[in-house]
Amino acid sequence: MSRVPTSEYAIQAQNLSKSFATVKAVQSLNLQIPHSRIYGFLGPNGSGKTTAIRMLCGLLTPSSGDIQVLGYAIPAEAETLRLKVGYMTQRFSLFEDLSVHENLGFMADIYTLERKTKAHRISETAERYGLTSLLKQRAGTLSGGQKQRLALAASTLHKPELLFLDEPTSAVDPENRRAFWESLFDLVDEGTTILVSTHYMDEAERCHSLAILNEGRLVAEGSPAKLQDDIDANIVLVESRRPRQVGKMLEQLDFVQSSAQIGKLLRVMVSIDQPLPEKAVGDAIRQAGLDLQQCKLTEAGLEDVFVAATRSGKTLA
Amino acid sequence: MKSLQRIIAIIKKEVRQLGRDRLTFAMIVGIPVIQLLLFGYAINMDVRHLDAAVADMSATSASRQVVMGMENTQIIKIVAQASNADELEHLLRQGQISVGIYIPSDFDRRLQQSDRSAMQLLIDGSDTIVQGAAAQLARVLQPAETSPYYYKHPAVEVRTLYNPERRSPVNTVPGLIGVILTMTMILFTAVAIVRERERGNLELLITTPVKIPELMVAKIIPYVIIGLIQVSLVLLLGHFLFDIPMRGSLLDIYFVTLIFIITNLALGLVISTLVSTQFQAMQLAFFVLLPSILLSGFMFPFSGMPKPAQIIAEALPLTHFIRLIRGVILRGASLQELSGEIAILGAFIVVLMTFAILRFSKRLD
Repeated sequence: MSRVPTSEYAIQAQNLSKSFATVKAVQSLNLQIPHSRIYGFLGPNGSGKTTAIRMLCGLLTPSSGDIQVLGYAIPAEAETLRLKVGYMTQRFSLFEDLSVHENLGFMADIYTLERKTKAHRISETAERYGLTSLLKQRAGTLSGGQKQRLALAASTLHKPELLFLDEPTSAVDPENRRAFWESLFDLVDEGTTILVSTHYMDEAERCHSLAILNEGRLVAEGSPAKLQDDIDANIVLVESRRPRQVGKMLEQLDFVQSSAQIGKLLRVMVSIDQPLPEKAVGDAIRQAGLDLQQCKLTEAGLEDVFVAATRSGKTLA
Repeated sequence: MKSLQRIIAIIKKEVRQLGRDRLTFAMIVGIPVIQLLLFGYAINMDVRHLDAAVADMSATSASRQVVMGMENTQIIKIVAQASNADELEHLLRQGQISVGIYIPSDFDRRLQQSDRSAMQLLIDGSDTIVQGAAAQLARVLQPAETSPYYYKHPAVEVRTLYNPERRSPVNTVPGLIGVILTMTMILFTAVAIVRERERGNLELLITTPVKIPELMVAKIIPYVIIGLIQVSLVLLLGHFLFDIPMRGSLLDIYFVTLIFIITNLALGLVISTLVSTQFQAMQLAFFVLLPSILLSGFMFPFSGMPKPAQIIAEALPLTHFIRLIRGVILRGASLQELSGEIAILGAFIVVLMTFAILRFSKRLD
């Protein structure tokens, strides 16, 4: 009988680092992820999200650091852990030349579900993820959204306690993405803990908690709302007839961290040390003799948090 | 039990995928059949009407009788007359004839002498079929075994030019089993695993409770069956089309072949752990295949090769299989008599499988 470890956190990592040759993919990552939550890794490509997930499920050996997943020491006890976790890879990795039913049957056998349970779980998950009418179809002929549902169904057949999802919705349209997230919340409701990596803001916003990764480091952590509140910058919304020129001019200023155009508006990120940020921005535009319609402070969004965190590299949390 | 459930699941999956991959499926049957037909007909033993020339220096009734006797065998057809031995050699070099018959002027006297050959056959040894035929021709003048002169010097001296090593073409078909298996088994397993890595299937599989030995065994079993099907095809075609003698028992043939199949599959697994793309897998498979064909004794006699080539050849599974399969099929040797070679292939399996399992980590780094 294998021991059943219990722990306060589903995932704990201390000083987790991983280097490939000269590249430091993950550096001194500390994590404490509670049970029955959706925890997100948000970061640009190459920020170490996939490497971190792979280390947490024992696919990569850390260069240094300690990992406990569901109470098991990883990578030492990775094999025991495998029955309790599900993993959905970035790329669709089921067998395209097998049918939906054959793929699910295969995964059920790999997780050694008993015959009765197997049939029951296959029809149950197929029903749940809208695959019942597609059971006989080859996986290779499915649409992006259907493939993703199949992958989720396959990785949850054995009712894992913990689900790793590596950029699960990169090949999916917004409607399917929305439905996908609804099913994730259903799983959390049943007690599953989910670790998801993404570079989409709308996905990140749905997570209970987020870790923003940049160049292998954790640069911000907390709930999306908390991260937005804690941002160490002010956001000024500028309306101008010449937003391109205004943006370029503002980016030259010391107190402006970045500017991004959204339609005819400019979102300008101003350093937290700058008093009266909207006045400073407005004055600068007028002094440069450029057109200014309106200039006002606004609330920070998650994208602003992301830009601020990945730009400065400073730790917020 | 759980292990068995996973192994069966992978085997079922492999078989399904193979059944749906029409090209691979066609190759399983196509490669042995096409190769056997190509090689088999090229080594057709039924030698008839080889072009020959005669230089009859004695021109007696006895010499004419001998030439007629040779022509009656239908092995040769006289297409030219030469005036001397040099002219015969010239015709051979030009490739106009395959056999030259030289009858010296003192032919009749030589026939009576037991210490000298009465005549000479010049054979184009660059063609191995011709070599085999020469032996038959030489018998035309051989006295009957009951004759008191039986142990005397043979009446016809056979001189094989260009290739003194004589090789029976029958050797080729049993050897071909080995070549076909080397070609398909190594490639199939190596590609089957690398393809899964390329498609990302492996990344998924290694996050599941599947154990490496389970994965390896399950990957090998379907191909063992395919290998046995291929062997049966070659044996059947070899028997019916080319009349290859089967001196050993069928069970022994399948036993040594099974060992060889597993050796190649293990080698394929090793290759799959060394490469990252299907293209690299193919390159490595051919890197093994070419020396196997050339050095194993399939193409050239092992004993005729220089020492370094022999050492390399000993490291190739095909070398040992060729010895085994020729022993079983052609000489009817028993498994006990061949136990040394069987043990070597067994050692290959143990070493290769261990290496593959150790190299094939369930980690990605």
